[in-house]
Amino acid sequence: MTEKTARIDFRENSRNASPAVVAATQNSTRTALRKRAAVVAEFGEERWQELRKAGHEIRMHALTHLDRYLAMVEEKVTAAGGYVHWAKDAEEAREIVLGLATERSVRSIVKVKSMVSEEIDLNPALEARGIRAYETDLGEFIVQLAGQRPSHITSPALHMTKEEVAALFCEKLGIDACPIPEELTEHARLRLRPEFLNADMGISGGNFLIAETGTLLIVTNEGNGRLSTSLPPVHVAVVGIEKVIPDWESAAVLLKLLARSVSGSKITAYSTFITGVREGGPKEFHLVLLDNGRSRILADKVAREALLCIRCGACMNTCPVYNQVGGYAYGAVYQGPIGSMLTPLLLGTGLAGGLPFASTLCGACAELCPVMIPIPEILLHLRKRFVEGDTFESPSVPGILKAMAKLGRIVLGSPTLYHLGGRLGKIFQAPLRRGDWLPSLPPPLNRWTMARPFPAFQGGFRGWFKNRKAAVKQAEGKLHE
Amino acid sequence: MEMVQLFITCMGENLLPDVLKKMVLLLERLGVRCELPEAQTCCGQPFYNSGFQAEGRQMALRWMKAFADTGGYIVAPSGSCVEFVKHRYPAMFPEGSAEQERAVRLAGRVLEFSQFLVNVLKVTDIGASFPHRVACHYPCHLTRGLGVRSEPLALLRAVRGLELIPFDESETCCGFGGIFSVVYPEVSKAMMETKVKNILASGAEAVVVSEPGCLVNIRGGLVKAHSRVRAMHLIEILAEGGST
Ligand code: SF4
Repeated sequence: MTEKTARIDFRENSRNASPAVVAATQNSTRTALRKRAAVVAEFGEERWQELRKAGHEIRMHALTHLDRYLAMVEEKVTAAGGYVHWAKDAEEAREIVLGLATERSVRSIVKVKSMVSEEIDLNPALEARGIRAYETDLGEFIVQLAGQRPSHITSPALHMTKEEVAALFCEKLGIDACPIPEELTEHARLRLRPEFLNADMGISGGNFLIAETGTLLIVTNEGNGRLSTSLPPVHVAVVGIEKVIPDWESAAVLLKLLARSVSGSKITAYSTFITGVREGGPKEFHLVLLDNGRSRILADKVAREALLCIRCGACMNTCPVYNQVGGYAYGAVYQGPIGSMLTPLLLGTGLAGGLPFASTLCGACAELCPVMIPIPEILLHLRKRFVEGDTFESPSVPGILKAMAKLGRIVLGSPTLYHLGGRLGKIFQAPLRRGDWLPSLPPPLNRWTMARPFPAFQGGFRGWFKNRKAAVKQAEGKLHE
Repeated sequence: MEMVQLFITCMGENLLPDVLKKMVLLLERLGVRCELPEAQTCCGQPFYNSGFQAEGRQMALRWMKAFADTGGYIVAPSGSCVEFVKHRYPAMFPEGSAEQERAVRLAGRVLEFSQFLVNVLKVTDIGASFPHRVACHYPCHLTRGLGVRSEPLALLRAVRGLELIPFDESETCCGFGGIFSVVYPEVSKAMMETKVKNILASGAEAVVVSEPGCLVNIRGGLVKAHSRVRAMHLIEILAEGGST
């Protein structure tokens, strides 16, 4: 997400969504949801709800005391021989990483899957300096090979089928690959092994920063995180400032929530804990703490809860909109419901104001979110920001919509006009009417009728009710005579 | 005798008057006196949820005025409108203001139709008969928003001859979403078509959709697909074969 980003046109993007991407997306999300439901059921619904509450409280507490915990992280990491850098935005973060790399004449980097790295557009910046960065997570490896971007925050390549991946490997790696997941993984592993050994630097993000000991916690399913952060002589971790949590006990709660929500496992396969420089590990450890708009979000009482996110992807898996369009329609690093909150918060509603509207407010996301982020509430808040503006941004809604809303309010707000409207509707619909339906309406209402007919205006209930009341009264009167 | 104020909703009034009439007949049959606050129009949800919160608040004030001086429960054939009044109104006005106080009082009185029947009147069997295979769609705001799940089921189970059959993704949104359906018509269409596909695959003869917006969406989708499956509000099912 850089400054030069253009306005995101979700409608256009959704129209261009490839059916293959959508089909593969639905397939993967369905599996993920099924697994999730199974482990949650096994855990016990009631206990799960308690765990969610605990997770929410931990994250809320950490956010409200962010300054304190960040200071603690800096102190502990420094004491453990690491360096802490502060980056106020994407550009600063890139410069810090590039600076560290060029000072050390780094040629080759192995990377652990990191959303923040996508957010600051790190790979292109490295490539521009002639530094080769290898994504080592299987999904990231695949999208990097394909020259694409991740379409999901936890499963970057979920939009691709195993057949497509095999074809990609044949083409790009010049090997004979079969569409069997285990074999594909093995191919990637073989391809990456020398890179782990050659790399001059490992770059990671971080799932949590444990303040009490200054420990960076990275969870992966493939063990690539451990290799990337231990083999190369330098390890740089770029982490959003909101990732801080108070202590190890908090980490235990959040890991339980995360593993179950991401992939339906009880625990992610590898949890790597890194506290500064350790014996046998990289000689240098650098922690880049990234703000990039987060402290601004923090100042917003409603939107701040979006920062509780632990990037599990469950909201995307369950979102019926995401499942119809795939991740690319969101035109940004974060997709689905979490993207519809974060993208406009990071880029502004001027560029991304359409995303909070890319939701039916069905609430499926909030029902699953392991840290209980009130997602629909925040989307409503951002819709308001787009339309009316607030202390953070001025409105960017087109004037015509504003005028229409005003008019609508006047009509619906006056019983006389409201009833007149109903009557006029009945008159004007006559030529378009086919039985009980209006099969097609003029623009902009054709946006409805392109999918299904609109029911004909009926009305008449109030009159019916009045007559009935009168009749009942009369009957009662007769009864009493 | 129980008395209710009818909250007919703008969508119900203009597009589904038959559902409203049947609701009145059912309630009267159960000995409930129905009143119709004349000044009601729209609760403001379409504005508020589209980001026009100021307009939404003005509509809410109007709605509250229409219902404030009435008595008894306020009953609507829509979980979405009920949820809006129940959960949103109290949060719309400043803490401790007279408006908020009024909103909280009204929020305590408003109920969706099936809630009123099952939880207030304590009836589930009202003598309806509908000998068909019926699938039940769970509208988002009714189910997740209001937490109404068991009530419609209890009512459906008591209907003579009705065979309740499951269908895939019955709790997934149908793609209506108010303004969403016109802001992103292609996505709304795809969601609706998925819903219709699942309904058709279930082999149901009718599908219960107890939410005006979703009903209009799914019913239209079924018509467009030239299907003979009927989308019906719960009220319409309960009015079948009864003595009204
Ligand atoms: S918003 Fe909640 S459900 Fe979505 S990715 Fe973040 S933590 Fe997971």
